[in-house]
Amino acid sequence: MKRTFLGEFEEIVLLTVAILGEEAYGVTVTQELEQKTGRSVGFSSVHTTLQRLEEKGFLASQMGGATAERGGRRKRFFTVTATGRKALVEVKQVREELWAALPTQTLQLMGG
Amino acid sequence: MQHTPPRWAKTLLKWWAAPNTSEEVEGDLLELYNHWVATVGERKANWNYTLNAIKLLRPFAKDQRSQFPRTYLYSPTMIRNYFKIAFRNLLKHKGYSFINVAGLAIGMTVAMLIGLWIYDELSFNQYHRNYERIGQIRSISTEPSTGVSEGSPHMPIPMGAALKENYKHLFSKVLVSWAVSDYTLKLNEKNLTGRGHFVEPGILEMLSLKMLKGSYGSLKDPHSIVLSKSMAAAIFGSTDPINQSLKIDNAIDVKVTGVYEDMPKNSRFGEVQFFSPWDLFVSSNAWVKENVNFWGNTSFGIYVELQPNVSLETAQAGLKDFYAKNVPTDFMKLLESYKPEIFVYSMPQWHLYSDFTDGRPAGGRVTFVWLFGIIGISVLLLASINFMNLSTARSEKRAKEVGIRKAVGSLRTQLIGQFFSESFLVVLLSFVISCGLIILALRWFNELADKAISLPFTNGYFWAGSIAFILLTGLLTGIYPALYLSSFQPLKVLKGTFKAGRFAAVPRKALVVVQFTVSVVIIIGTMVVYQQIQHAKNRPVGYNQESLITIGLNDPNYKDKYDVFKRELLNTGAVSNVALSNSPLTSIWNRSSGFTWKDKAPETPSGFNKIRVTSDFGKTIDWKIIAGRDFSDEYKSDSAGVILNEAAAKYIGLKNPIGEYIKTEDGKFVWQIVGVTKDMVIQSPYEPINGTFYFLDSRKVSSQMTIRIKPTVGTTEALAKIETVFRKLVPSAPFDYKFVDDVYSQKFSQEQRIGQLSMLFAVLAIFISCLGLFGLASFVAEQRTKEIGIRKVLGASVSNVWQMLSKDFVILVIIACVIAAPIAYYFMNEWLQKYTYRTEISWWIFAAAGVGALIITLLTVSFQAIKAALMNPVQSLKSE
Repeated sequence: MKRTFLGEFEEIVLLTVAILGEEAYGVTVTQELEQKTGRSVGFSSVHTTLQRLEEKGFLASQMGGATAERGGRRKRFFTVTATGRKALVEVKQVREELWAALPTQTLQLMGG
Repeated sequence: MQHTPPRWAKTLLKWWAAPNTSEEVEGDLLELYNHWVATVGERKANWNYTLNAIKLLRPFAKDQRSQFPRTYLYSPTMIRNYFKIAFRNLLKHKGYSFINVAGLAIGMTVAMLIGLWIYDELSFNQYHRNYERIGQIRSISTEPSTGVSEGSPHMPIPMGAALKENYKHLFSKVLVSWAVSDYTLKLNEKNLTGRGHFVEPGILEMLSLKMLKGSYGSLKDPHSIVLSKSMAAAIFGSTDPINQSLKIDNAIDVKVTGVYEDMPKNSRFGEVQFFSPWDLFVSSNAWVKENVNFWGNTSFGIYVELQPNVSLETAQAGLKDFYAKNVPTDFMKLLESYKPEIFVYSMPQWHLYSDFTDGRPAGGRVTFVWLFGIIGISVLLLASINFMNLSTARSEKRAKEVGIRKAVGSLRTQLIGQFFSESFLVVLLSFVISCGLIILALRWFNELADKAISLPFTNGYFWAGSIAFILLTGLLTGIYPALYLSSFQPLKVLKGTFKAGRFAAVPRKALVVVQFTVSVVIIIGTMVVYQQIQHAKNRPVGYNQESLITIGLNDPNYKDKYDVFKRELLNTGAVSNVALSNSPLTSIWNRSSGFTWKDKAPETPSGFNKIRVTSDFGKTIDWKIIAGRDFSDEYKSDSAGVILNEAAAKYIGLKNPIGEYIKTEDGKFVWQIVGVTKDMVIQSPYEPINGTFYFLDSRKVSSQMTIRIKPTVGTTEALAKIETVFRKLVPSAPFDYKFVDDVYSQKFSQEQRIGQLSMLFAVLAIFISCLGLFGLASFVAEQRTKEIGIRKVLGASVSNVWQMLSKDFVILVIIACVIAAPIAYYFMNEWLQKYTYRTEISWWIFAAAGVGALIITLLTVSFQAIKAALMNPVQSLKSE
């Protein structure tokens, strides 16, 4: 199977969804991301990324939880699929392998 | 407080965001927006919301939740296809297309002409910027003995001063004036007649005239005159008119101080060619000077302009007790029993509401605006019905196309769209043609309607109106075919079992009945209008109008020259008689009350027309004395004599009036009745004749000369001779004559105009209806080709077939006539009620209209019927 490439932003969005668990939808993901990373994230880019991740099969979604604040509109809750989890784990492994392969001197120079 | 994001951004998002995620996106953004408002403030929140919304627009995204691709309505390819098919259909059936386009083009032309006409009527007087605040003072008084109220625009001069002084809070301007009249303007030896208005100087500003030379203050100089541009050009040519001297009526010296741009024809003041100050009128007319402070002479007009913040209602209310507060008590005593009051007759009413009931405006030309509006819509409807009928009649031909389109996936909405696009195409084509027709017909129409209308191509409203008009017509013509044709079921149509049922033709027939009902109503209406005009024209005038001319003697040099004039004119050999009178033969300038006679009941109103005539008046106009005798120079006592007309004699009610006396109530004047003449129609030919007194003008100073030309002498020759006499005796005055019968026939001009217009519309209406009938007949004949073939083989004759085909249509037209007759009777009877001297609507009008419609129908249908009946059955039966 051809491995689907996971971009950097996609990766953190996917991770955030995983962190939020049951409560992951557009708004919470955006706010969580802003808090955790400290960078200002546009809602539109988060939304687009969530859509793309769903298309790739890393996320599944279902509708629910309409509130008055939203003008009676439902939320689209996202959950990470098995493929999604696998992809996250793979990315983590690759990172760890790469970190492990780093010469100790270089690591020290980086202050690690 | 609840904050909401910018509406336009919300709408944008709703319309153009990706359809399958729009719900949660809208919700999420709303939630975030509230968060932003709380954290970074509303402005930033708005900005964030908009930015995100714009970023999320996916205008080309399709709804992916559905399993099948959605057909969408506005695919350019499909629209191109619709138009292609529409064009092919138009070209394939040239005959039907011609009927449709020609009918619609004519219908639209009529509707647009009427639209322009109505626009012109409604915009009357709107040239004046403050027209809503301008008005004229009118009075109402009630005759105590009869309780009849009458109104008048004629006011006494001191009323102007009273309004100016005590009603400043209501009126910003109060202008006293003398009625617009004809004057001669003289420059050196050149003489011109022009219509002039003597009025207080504020008039230029009140009417917001465009001053080309001079200013709104130009009339302040008491000897000034302000000319219209065309009048200035007529007098002075290209030389500068400012400060040039002119003489009005060869008596009043004035200096030109201003020139204004001509007012358009659709303004009450459009005919006025010059203005001069009121003070000049006062100072040059002794009788006016005497009346400056006299409340008893009501001969003058008063214009007012309301203060900007005063409403018309406030002004009317403020004037309620005008008489009690302002008129001197001794004078008020005389008036009290008449309950006089005044009100402002506002400019927007002047044109359309010029008929008065009990002294208050009630209707007028506005009736014709309604009438023609209805006719315009009706004619357009007739043309639309043609389109509907021909489209649905030929539906079987299009049924297969509809079936296939539906089978390959067309939705009903798309088919509706397709058939609408076809009707829009036809309407658009017709619109272009009708614009051309209007350009061609406009000059002629203007002449007919006495207007100066042009197609306002540069006016944005015109284009907006045109587009609305096209859409409306397209909708009107297209809606029925579109709904009908798109309702076919593909299965039936394609299997070939589709047959329009027995009742499919019922709506079509109903529409034909509607068409002919409308046409027949218009035809009957036209005939009644003509009958009424003819009726009034045939009314005996009571004197001989032939080769009678009248001249107004508007020059002081005519004074004391009457005897010379008479001698010289008779010497030419072209004139059989000459007379003077103080009203022309076609109107009454004087009317008084306060007369009494033997056995008069004290409460009887005593208003009579008064005409002062010379003793040769009767012989000149050839009136008919039915009792007593005419005035004669031989009886010196005739200077205190009076001749009554029949109406007056009947009113006075004396068995033998000759020799009796008419007195003024104060007894100062007494006249003896010397004769009674047959009634003469002097005022409106539609009204009963008023009682009239003819007094003898023994000093021979009246201002209207009537001349009878000898019937044996040619008119041109006679006029040349008469002119030489005038030139010789009063060279300072222009020789400006009118034929009495011409002036008289102008009394019919409004009715005649309406008659001609409705005649035109009637002809077009019936033409359009027949076009449609022609199309339907040809369709029926085509559809029944086989049947006709078989009938002929079995021995039917041509006339049998002709009867069979014509019968259906004839029945429809008869039904239409039956429906139309009472409708037409009702409306025309209403119309006639406004004339006192009116014709009866006779039965033959209905018969003639019905028979006429039938004959036209038969002619139209027969062409197709006979063509079908003459066909060789071998030809029609050999296929299959």
